[in-house]
Amino acid sequence: MTAPARPIEAPQARVAPWRPAFLRSVPLRLSVLFICFLWTLPTLGLLVTSVRDPKNITTSGWWTALLHPFEANQWTLSNYQTVISSDGMGDAFINSLIVTIPSVAIPITIAAFAAYAFAWIPFRGRGILFTIVVALLVVPIQMSLIPILQIYAAGNLYGSFLGIWLAHTGFGLPLAIFLLYNFISQLPRDLFESAAIDGATHLQTFIRLVLPLSIPALGAIAIFQFLWVWNDLLVALVFLGPGAEVRVLPTALYNLIGSRGGSWHLLTAGAFITMVVPLLVFLLLQRAFVRGILAGSVKS
Amino acid sequence: MAVVARTESPGLSRFVLPIAGLIGLGLCVGGLLVLLDPQGGANLLASIYDALGNTAGATDLRNGSGDQVIAKLLLAVIALAVGVGGIWLLFIGVGSLVSLLQAKWRDRILPWVFAGPALALLAVFLVYPAAGTVLRSFQNDLGQFTLANFAVMIEPEFTQILRNNVIWLIVGTGASVVLGLIFAGLFDRIRRESLAKTIVFLPLAISLVGASVIWGFVYAWQPAGQPQIGLLNAIVVAFGGEPIPWLQTSPINIICEIVILVWLQTGFAMVVFSASIKGVSGEVIEAARLDGASERQLFVRVIVPMIRGSIVTVATTIAIITLKIFDIVYVTTGGRFNDDVVANRMFQEIFQFFEEGRASALATLLFVAVLPVMYINLRNFRRQQAQG
Repeated sequence: MTAPARPIEAPQARVAPWRPAFLRSVPLRLSVLFICFLWTLPTLGLLVTSVRDPKNITTSGWWTALLHPFEANQWTLSNYQTVISSDGMGDAFINSLIVTIPSVAIPITIAAFAAYAFAWIPFRGRGILFTIVVALLVVPIQMSLIPILQIYAAGNLYGSFLGIWLAHTGFGLPLAIFLLYNFISQLPRDLFESAAIDGATHLQTFIRLVLPLSIPALGAIAIFQFLWVWNDLLVALVFLGPGAEVRVLPTALYNLIGSRGGSWHLLTAGAFITMVVPLLVFLLLQRAFVRGILAGSVKS
Repeated sequence: MAVVARTESPGLSRFVLPIAGLIGLGLCVGGLLVLLDPQGGANLLASIYDALGNTAGATDLRNGSGDQVIAKLLLAVIALAVGVGGIWLLFIGVGSLVSLLQAKWRDRILPWVFAGPALALLAVFLVYPAAGTVLRSFQNDLGQFTLANFAVMIEPEFTQILRNNVIWLIVGTGASVVLGLIFAGLFDRIRRESLAKTIVFLPLAISLVGASVIWGFVYAWQPAGQPQIGLLNAIVVAFGGEPIPWLQTSPINIICEIVILVWLQTGFAMVVFSASIKGVSGEVIEAARLDGASERQLFVRVIVPMIRGSIVTVATTIAIITLKIFDIVYVTTGGRFNDDVVANRMFQEIFQFFEEGRASALATLLFVAVLPVMYINLRNFRRQQAQG
């Protein structure tokens, strides 16, 4: 909520703002405008096509529809109805929710407890174990696929929701532990000392002090993990498989490409259905999202 | 700072938490049994219907029809209760039980209650499989030692795949980082900075599959003479060219696929760089200006070197993504037009050719490729620990 009346040239925190007046000229603004136009264009094409009448889509480019936007009969929502009902995108949407919510909540809970132990409970082997967590940050998921598939085949976990929750939990843990450790270990030491003097156990300190203070970090990691799980194709393909009763949105969209290859009216509608939740989350929680991105890439 | 009250109530109440934890544990085991069974949701709902006297509904459910959506939602609720509630109960229950022990034992066991589940999951899902995959890559199907899985990598079929990954690595990472820098520099100088940033940043929320459909439509191709509905070919034709089947034409298709990733990742690079640029001290910039540096020189010679740290971090992050790239190739072409990459080929080796040894060798190659990044991470972490 910045006040619009703020004078543009007002010096703020920085001594000399790095924005010279002569460069804030027309070419600069035009190039920024062009970049934004270029970046939006592909998604705009998708959106417009998804609400166009199928018979127009193959005969004219989507941009022609924008030339006469008020011809109501060229717009339709029937593409969405088709993909949701007969192509199973509706079921896949529910499956995606079922897969994603526990796959976000479980690893973050486990990671928070672990991060607290690594940061504030001294124990033997703590240093070496946390070093292993840091090393695991970059191990490719590909390294896990075959052995885990064998375990899942033996334990009847293949194609089950439980199996994919556990997989996403395992794969998401290193980053979640690492980011939460960075946050929790920076909390002031006094806090823990006074809690200990008050006779609080570690469990109480964690629940009543650490968790409430860590909400910004927890939220940022939750958004991160949510986007990762919701958008994931590989883990879903490998551990859930293509079965219709467990199919998630990315798998369903991939199947749609296979079965409806040239039917752009359905592909675009289907693609937009997979995108709508992450886009909403992103637009509503952009700040927390950016915080997560920055925490994940820049160490303060 | 008396935030945490001392628990002063001995006697019965000190057993309440542990008992609640154990009950929760029991419920969790029950819930897990329901979740393990693929038909668990339907069966449970059928039992509920039976109890309510709705026998017809129960029979339908057991036969795989009826209220399947409700059964699935029931499964989801159980999942959430078991997954989230269960883990909390587990931690709190076991944690409270351990707190009842003598201090000496408590202090030894408690850390493992907190960190144990995470460590166990990491061991099962990452450490053990990684070791298994490396071992498997040196074995044939009978479990004997062999180098054959790596020996095939020098055949043209595989050298092309490795070459493609190198192209992804260099072009994908380079383009994202350079564009991210340019955009961060440009947007830093305009008034509606946040709007422009949001627009470039937005694609990061889109899945690679979704992005592949979006760009597949941009690259759409129809034979010459027919109306071009793909944006790119429409432009080509408007300038009098022949329409090009972008995704089927090697080697341009690799670049077209990389563009999809760059479109997604540039926003990430830009946001990180933008934050770092804002951290560059005004005095340094002022000094450079006084020395007569032009704005371009200022950016290239002063600001870029000063944010070197975040450039390295962003570059390594995107580099790892390009090494592991799978979705885009799998969705757009399946790697059929000389554009295959390691991760896609590995997927095929597992599920089409059933060549686990070769798939393991490909995964191991990816692993070796990220080892330098692992080393850098560990070194930085050590340094950080030494300072703190």
